[in-house]
Amino acid sequence: MSRVAWQLATVTAIRPETPHVKTFTLSLPQFTPHLAGQHYDLRLTAEGGYQAERSYSIASPPEQAGEIELTVEIIPNGEVSGYLDEGVAVGDQLEVRGPIGGYFVWPGEASAPPLLLVAGGSGVVPLMAMLRHRQRLGVRTPAALLFSVRTPEEVIYRTELEVMAANDPSFTLLLDYTRQAPPGWAGYHRRIDATMLAEVVARFGTARPQAFVCGPTGLVESVANSLLAAGLPPELILTERFGPTGS
Amino acid sequence: MGIFTNRGFQPKRPANPKLPPGQYETTDFPVLSAGPTPRINLANWEFRLEGLVEAPVKWSWEEFNKLPMQDFNPDIHCVTKWSKFDTHWRGVSVDTLLEHVQLKPEAQFVTQFCYGGYTTNLPLADLRDGKAFVGLFYDGQPLAPEHGGPARLVVPHLYFWKSAKWVQGLRFTAQDEPGFWERGGYSMYGDPWKEQRYRDDDDEQASASALRL
Repeated sequence: MSRVAWQLATVTAIRPETPHVKTFTLSLPQFTPHLAGQHYDLRLTAEGGYQAERSYSIASPPEQAGEIELTVEIIPNGEVSGYLDEGVAVGDQLEVRGPIGGYFVWPGEASAPPLLLVAGGSGVVPLMAMLRHRQRLGVRTPAALLFSVRTPEEVIYRTELEVMAANDPSFTLLLDYTRQAPPGWAGYHRRIDATMLAEVVARFGTARPQAFVCGPTGLVESVANSLLAAGLPPELILTERFGPTGS
Repeated sequence: MGIFTNRGFQPKRPANPKLPPGQYETTDFPVLSAGPTPRINLANWEFRLEGLVEAPVKWSWEEFNKLPMQDFNPDIHCVTKWSKFDTHWRGVSVDTLLEHVQLKPEAQFVTQFCYGGYTTNLPLADLRDGKAFVGLFYDGQPLAPEHGGPARLVVPHLYFWKSAKWVQGLRFTAQDEPGFWERGGYSMYGDPWKEQRYRDDDDEQASASALRL
């Protein structure tokens, strides 16, 4: 059988993360342990044969065997995300294939360099798989997540990230609210810029972190350029760009 | 499988014969790259034809811009599922470039190599007879760096990762040597109409050729 053949997964849980983001837990008949950062393709088929496909990052760590969690941003008028939002209930089946992608991945070796994760919006999803994998492995080399959102209600995985940061001194959570910050907020409150990234890189001291940057194109372009300017070599900057474009 | 349907799922878009299977139309121009956009100094830019040729050639930016250019208006299809119709490019046909070099008979495949280290592979035949060009202008403007500027190869009949951004040259080879995404499990050929996204989607002939490597 083909390594990435289509299979019929069963939805076992649906969890709202923010007003426009939901996590779907899918039980898989053929589970292949993935690398943190990989994705699955999901295919919908209508009566009459019409099909629509999208790719969704895996949010769960590979240690969570037998199932995957896909965190999906519900796009206005989204053909696939709209159906997932309104048409899918626990117990329903969905066609998926994966895991796919071998580049924007964090294998999680103990010898791996420190992790600098930068996310815009739902770009946090593959980075969350890396953080969950890191936690399960017990890796304690430094890691930081700079997570840019517009408003407090858009912080996907907020509670889990805050608990992770509280329990693991080697992990730093840096939230950045670009539009509206919570009352009394003393952290970042502007679009990610070169100064901010230089500060985050400086947190790693003389160590050169491996950077993973994921989010909308504009953010990823500007972050990758600023990380180069902050002295990171290009081979330590991995990017994945996506957004609600055309969905 | 194949008879499975998602209860209540209705197409939101009318069927479009220009759209390969699994694709949707976008009017934006999304960007996909694996790392930072390389900064390329045009004073040092060059484009090379090398590998299985009698004598390699190379052009400076100035020389390359003096080559005859044409307009191209292809539909493009990205493996991440978006397609964009009727894009407007100006550039140099690969046929024009090939007039400057004598290929050795064993040259059957090509590796596109790039500033920043990206590579991608395809059969030589897929670059000939008007099927591919080096794009320098998009929508009447110099091609933006995030879209592959200053120069990008464009092979519109294959998935768009076969159209290398920041292209630096073409290396002619006897075997089909997997490039950057191809080594990561993506298709050796990438025909959108056969939905050859991943290596497992390649037809038997292509897979067999890959196995010989």
